[in-house]
Amino acid sequence: MIELKNIYKTFNRKTILKNFNLTVKTGESLVIIGRSGCGKSVSLKHMIGIMRPDSGEVMIDGTDITKVSRRELDAIRMKFGMLFQGAALFDSLSVLENVGFQLFEYTDMSFREIRQRVWECLSMVGLQGIEKMKPAALSGGMQKRVALARAISMKPEIILFDEPTTGVDPITGDIINKLIRHLHDSLKMTSITVTHDMKSAYQIADRIAMLYEKEIIEIGTPEEIRCSKNKIIKQFINGEAEGPITSGEGSRF
Amino acid sequence: MKLRKRLIVLGGRTFSDVKTWMAESFIYAGGLAVLLSETVFSIWSMPLRKRQILEQMNKIGVASFPIIFLISLFTGIVLALQSAYQLQQMSAEMYIASLVALSITRELGPVLTALIVAGRSGAAIAAELGTMKVTEQIEALETLSANPVQYLVVPRFIALIIMVPLLTVYADFFGIVGGYFIGVSKLHITSSMYLKMTCDPLAVKDVMTGIIKSGFFAVVICIISCFEGMNSHGGAEGVGKSTTSSVVRSFILIIMADCFFTALFYFIGR
Repeated sequence: MIELKNIYKTFNRKTILKNFNLTVKTGESLVIIGRSGCGKSVSLKHMIGIMRPDSGEVMIDGTDITKVSRRELDAIRMKFGMLFQGAALFDSLSVLENVGFQLFEYTDMSFREIRQRVWECLSMVGLQGIEKMKPAALSGGMQKRVALARAISMKPEIILFDEPTTGVDPITGDIINKLIRHLHDSLKMTSITVTHDMKSAYQIADRIAMLYEKEIIEIGTPEEIRCSKNKIIKQFINGEAEGPITSGEGSRF
Repeated sequence: MKLRKRLIVLGGRTFSDVKTWMAESFIYAGGLAVLLSETVFSIWSMPLRKRQILEQMNKIGVASFPIIFLISLFTGIVLALQSAYQLQQMSAEMYIASLVALSITRELGPVLTALIVAGRSGAAIAAELGTMKVTEQIEALETLSANPVQYLVVPRFIALIIMVPLLTVYADFFGIVGGYFIGVSKLHITSSMYLKMTCDPLAVKDVMTGIIKSGFFAVVICIISCFEGMNSHGGAEGVGKSTTSSVVRSFILIIMADCFFTALFYFIGR
């Protein structure tokens, strides 16, 4: 289970998260939605410890990762896989070396075994046969799928997705959504996805949490969110330019 | 009265700017110190990545051979010609060889080599790590339980510590060859005289002081380039700024360190 308790985070005196509380149950697929720049990715990075809160606790299966040593944190991170918004593949390494990174670093598997495991992961994302290619030779959608293959190579318990469908065409986006749902169901992982794409959210989520004004304002099943009477949530999920979210921003038209 | 008020405001702003600049300088120096200590600690506590070290040694060292050869050769030629102006007036041409040898091994060899490596390899390191930073590759390393300092900085640190002194010796040799070439062919110094006046005054400590300096310069280049790269932000523009900053700051620190070591070796040697 993942718990973020009373998280407070600022950057250059600008508050990003304030009184942020969120619990993610083991095995569920949680989606965090919110406007661009509201702190969704920041909250995700707190879960894996690549950002530390100014105050508050980040509990991973009962351990507060803000208080552990570097070595203990690295051990806890072995439970995680993460897909970054820009894929974040290592430019100097081939697809094989990217996907097999943790297998090369932390296991005693032979090169043949690692190659077999990489092939399995790439097959899951529909990209077998590109092991020798470099990331620069791949399209954006292919890079994201390779990054997904890298994230699942060590069979993590928890997987984080940062805007998985941003920057790809609608067809590739749908492929990625279906992949995420399939991986979640077949590998029984806990998954947390951050997105502002509502179609993606409805496809992936067991529960959806809305981040607004630095904290979670509502959390529920996709149906509950769809039928929410909260005007802020209604404006967001319907994609309306005018409403309570934008009331203080002045008329654009 | 108005002028007095303006002067007070200007003085206040200047003081505030100086205060901010000093605070930022201390924070920067602290960041460099933390990175250096983490790098040194990582060398001793974790297994070394031999393949990456060899790759970096090839990129930093072997690929720099042509440019170091050209610059040191021409530096030796220029030094011989410039010193010939004065020494010929005193019929002391034979001392050109000694002057070239001592200047190259003590000063110009290590400093020019360090400046070339800082401009060439230091900039490349800052650009590469800066690009990794702005594309979240360094954060990705952390999520894969890899220590970015151990994975990225340590191989470059070891490669620079090994290759910069070796490049310095290489530069020393070709600097002296440059002086020999012009001295014998154009300045009417016989070959045997030139070699004798090169080797007689040249002591092991002259070469060693150059090598010790070059080792320190290697640390400066690595830590500043890696620090600038790993703290880049703001996309391509930020990477560009970090790259420029790493070269400029490396240059300044190399010259300052050279001044310090020159004074130190002078007073120790007295």
